[in-house]
Amino acid sequence: MTRYLSILGTFARACLVRDLTFRANFILECLTSLGWMSMNLAFYLLVFTFTPEIGRNTGWTREPFFAFVATGLIINAIVQALFIPSAEELTELVRTGGLDAVLVKPLDAQFLLSLHRVDFSALANGIVGIALLAWAVARFAVPPPPVAWVLYPLLIVCGVAILYALVIMLAAATIHLGRNQSLYDFWFYITNFSRYPAEIYSGPWGSPLRALCTFVIPILLVVNVPARAIAQPLTGAAWWAIGGTVLAAVAALIVSRLVFQRSLTRYRSASS
Amino acid sequence: MSVGPDAPAPGAGPFAGLRIWWTMLVISIEERLVYRGDFALGTLMRFLPIVTQVFLWTAVFSATSRGDIAGYSRNDIVAYYLLTMLSRAFSSMPGLATGIARSIRDGSIKKFLVQPVDYVSFLFASRIAHKLVYYVVAAAPFALVFFVCRSFFPPLPDAMTVAAFGAALGLSFLLGFFLEATLGMLGFWFLEISSLVFGYMLVQYLLSGHMFPIDMLAGIPSGIPGTSLADVVSWLPFQFTAYFPAAVWLGKIQGAELGRMLLVEAGWVVVLAIGCRFAWRRGTRRYSAFGG
Repeated sequence: MTRYLSILGTFARACLVRDLTFRANFILECLTSLGWMSMNLAFYLLVFTFTPEIGRNTGWTREPFFAFVATGLIINAIVQALFIPSAEELTELVRTGGLDAVLVKPLDAQFLLSLHRVDFSALANGIVGIALLAWAVARFAVPPPPVAWVLYPLLIVCGVAILYALVIMLAAATIHLGRNQSLYDFWFYITNFSRYPAEIYSGPWGSPLRALCTFVIPILLVVNVPARAIAQPLTGAAWWAIGGTVLAAVAALIVSRLVFQRSLTRYRSASS
Repeated sequence: MSVGPDAPAPGAGPFAGLRIWWTMLVISIEERLVYRGDFALGTLMRFLPIVTQVFLWTAVFSATSRGDIAGYSRNDIVAYYLLTMLSRAFSSMPGLATGIARSIRDGSIKKFLVQPVDYVSFLFASRIAHKLVYYVVAAAPFALVFFVCRSFFPPLPDAMTVAAFGAALGLSFLLGFFLEATLGMLGFWFLEISSLVFGYMLVQYLLSGHMFPIDMLAGIPSGIPGTSLADVVSWLPFQFTAYFPAAVWLGKIQGAELGRMLLVEAGWVVVLAIGCRFAWRRGTRRYSAFGG
């Protein structure tokens, strides 16, 4: 474990040195993600000029909703920084046969393939997310109880774990397909469902979609449950959701590990 | 390098120009069809973000007592988002600006300086081919989504509105093409334009009406006395690439105002086409070829 942590530290250091070698590019990348994020925040501000709440009696008024958005920013920043760059490189490694070099190394292949590249510029959104969370929480009518502050980071970790499992399973699909650009687009579009409170998915089309995105692909638990813990009262149903999210995160990690290991056995080198 | 880029084909008959153009179109269609499976899948997926938008706005309307927002009912908003998808199918030019800048940077653009093929016409022909293939492949997913969502749409508008909608879409294609091509030509001066393209995409997404109907900005002051943000956006060409065709179909713009807006859109197309040609001529004059 210590060995893996030290290797992770080495990866991170190397990536930071690389990022800071091209400083202008690094700053530009930070500004890029901050630009998109600001645009979305402006859109939400506009929406709240027309309505006091997202969904009737859902409790997602302006400040709780911005706490929700902040939670999404923090979770996505972690996933984008730690896992996405490596997963994206896997496509090229499979296509070119570069995966061979990874498999012969005396390290766990999944660890190496999911964490060897860290994108520090993606963390910019996470920092804004933390500031936005502080702004929103300071304006809550009722401040979150201490237990919410204990649960919040734990549930963030669970959200990251669920998204990681999804990314790694899509990466595993690369090994089967050889190339899967559309599947990464699919990841972007499917995580799009996690951007809003689950309550908006109601009615004859919304309820089945909500069930699908909660129990089959637990994408709706990722942001909703931690955001709920901090921004809404911790009632009986909330505790069920919290327990379910912890279980879903553990299950997602186990399933993704099995899928990834199985996929590796199917890998046929592309090089000569 | 100052080779005349628009030189006619040597020994050509009166239809030679047309023949070259046709050949460029056919080659591009064949190229595009290689990736038809990826295309169809990508098209269907592009509707997924609309699904979340539909649910979001339904939730917004359920929590407010107002029947409409900026003149749009809940159904209007859903129809609006679907129609902007159609507008964007005409006006979006993925990879055009970056492709031009890349060929300037890696030197591959120089073949157009010595061949009797006009670069802008070549780009235009390949973009038409790209779009034609896209429409053939995307027709089924579009038809399916529009059929499923037909209850959100108002009754079919009159023939005049449908014709104006068609004209708005056609002009939005030209506008999108010349806007991005001009942006790409800036590569003659900057070489690396990825940050400019990003800035353009950001502004485009926000101000074209792709994100929300521009009418929603009507109540927000712009900082210029007596003008709202919606007024400022209406002075720019971006609204024609998403908002305008959708607003025409939904009857938000009618009568003399519709005619005036179509003329303004045509005016922007002319201005940007001239801008694109100008940038090409000035750019090729200062261009130093790279690559072997």
